[in-house]
Amino acid sequence: MTRMRTPVVAGWFTEAEDEGFRLLGTRCSACASVFFPREDSFCRNPGCAGRELTEVPLSRRGRVWSYTDGRYRPPAPYVFDPEAVWQPYTLVAVELEAERMVVLGQAVPGVTTADLAVGMEVEVVPGVLNEEAGTTWTTWHWRPVEAGA
Amino acid sequence: MSGAGDIAVLGAGMHPWGKWGRSFVEYGTVAARAALADAGLDWPDVRSVVGAATVRGGYPGYVAGATFARALGWQGARVTSVYAACASGAQAINTARAQILSGMAEVVLVVGADAAPKGFFAPAGGERPDDPDWLRFRVLGATNPAYFGLYARRRMALHGDTPDDFARVKVKNAAAGALNPYARYRKAVSAEEVAASAVVADPLRLLDICATSDGAAALVLCGMDYARRHGAVDPVRIRAVSTVTPTYPNTVLDLPDIATDSAVAAEPSPYSFRASIARAAYEEAGIGPEDLSLAEVYDLSTALELEWYEDLGLCGAGEGAKLVREGVTALGGRVPVNASGGLASFGEAVPAQAIAQVCELTWQLRGTAGERQIDGARTGITANQGLFGHGSSVIAVR
Repeated sequence: MTRMRTPVVAGWFTEAEDEGFRLLGTRCSACASVFFPREDSFCRNPGCAGRELTEVPLSRRGRVWSYTDGRYRPPAPYVFDPEAVWQPYTLVAVELEAERMVVLGQAVPGVTTADLAVGMEVEVVPGVLNEEAGTTWTTWHWRPVEAGA
Repeated sequence: MSGAGDIAVLGAGMHPWGKWGRSFVEYGTVAARAALADAGLDWPDVRSVVGAATVRGGYPGYVAGATFARALGWQGARVTSVYAACASGAQAINTARAQILSGMAEVVLVVGADAAPKGFFAPAGGERPDDPDWLRFRVLGATNPAYFGLYARRRMALHGDTPDDFARVKVKNAAAGALNPYARYRKAVSAEEVAASAVVADPLRLLDICATSDGAAALVLCGMDYARRHGAVDPVRIRAVSTVTPTYPNTVLDLPDIATDSAVAAEPSPYSFRASIARAAYEEAGIGPEDLSLAEVYDLSTALELEWYEDLGLCGAGEGAKLVREGVTALGGRVPVNASGGLASFGEAVPAQAIAQVCELTWQLRGTAGERQIDGARTGITANQGLFGHGSSVIAVR
């Protein structure tokens, strides 16, 4: 059965499944503040009256601010197969230098907390959150940048 | 110290924390009756009631003030219900204070109660992609302990804290909680027991993370003149209530956010949001951390308690672990923190918690805290932070 690839949230990342994959935020045209998740109506900088926010791709790479994992199944609306053996997932908070912000995400499957360190360089890649009849829900994942890559 | 904005704590009461399987209304009513009895007042004497709301009790939870007023028996008092997540109790206290200081009410009953389900707190049901609290679960599976784990790992990387340091906080708080009849967990815990408990959110283990509990706390607050007329010549006084929000850009990842603000266009404050909560309270009270006899802080995790030491100014940045290692914050130490046993011994009953912190200050400052009494306690602070940018800190003196 073919499943339609659908972003878990519309407008948070590009649809590209390759090197072109990026998180999408918005930037205030008046003060240059960046927002993720996107703000489309008002700039949240209290010193700015900006109302024009344009879509902007976020930096592809950043450095690990911190990380943890989920050893127990989180409650709904997190989706998981109740028949499957629970596999802990790793969460990584990543500092983006150009945007001066920290963005949380799951690590690519197979990366554990033992593979990570604060300050390590990681990059954003397309990932799959969960699959169900007719739909593959897509998301972003953080992946350690191979040394020398 | 100034005292023009002081209000008096005439009564304090609690329902014991635990998993009792009954309604939050019953817990809150028990705590309210205890606070009224402690104040020596009859319920009809109270002309205003402020309820700290809960999102777990259906409609009665959202209108907690009226729910408790009805349970105690309608008597026509002015009613207010407030919600500010974990900081709801401080908002309720501050609402009562504003009414008293403005002359709207002479004596106010403040009540917070919750009945919590087992396990992780979950967002409200339904498909709600506009709600950041729903999104963090749907997209990331980011539970509350996941954020606590991020903070703990960051401390380890930045300050060299170890899991043993975190365990010391649990051992300390469990020892204090064993002496508190209102605590849910009333037995000593060893560092070995912490280390043997299951990892929930690396590097934190089950015994590093606070449980979710049933519980209730209540206060009877009044003006200083009313207290004197009522025969309370030297009551515990609330001198400051901080209910500040963060400043933009907030650069620490807060629950339930998926990202921080960007600091591209505006420089972050030199003080983190948590530090700004205590600073506002100190400024209002005209005191500093050196004046404290004790502090009650929101130890959602053991590691977070160490952050509060720094945010309250009990030590410099990164020195929190040193304080717990040296016993400075234990009962008998220079500044005991969480003499009540803290969330480690209570578990979290969300809207009751900030009120319960003030109950502990009240008993300590009165000198009636029993086996966990801090000698000569004169000044105490509480600190707490609610989801979605709610600061909460109360300073009480006697």
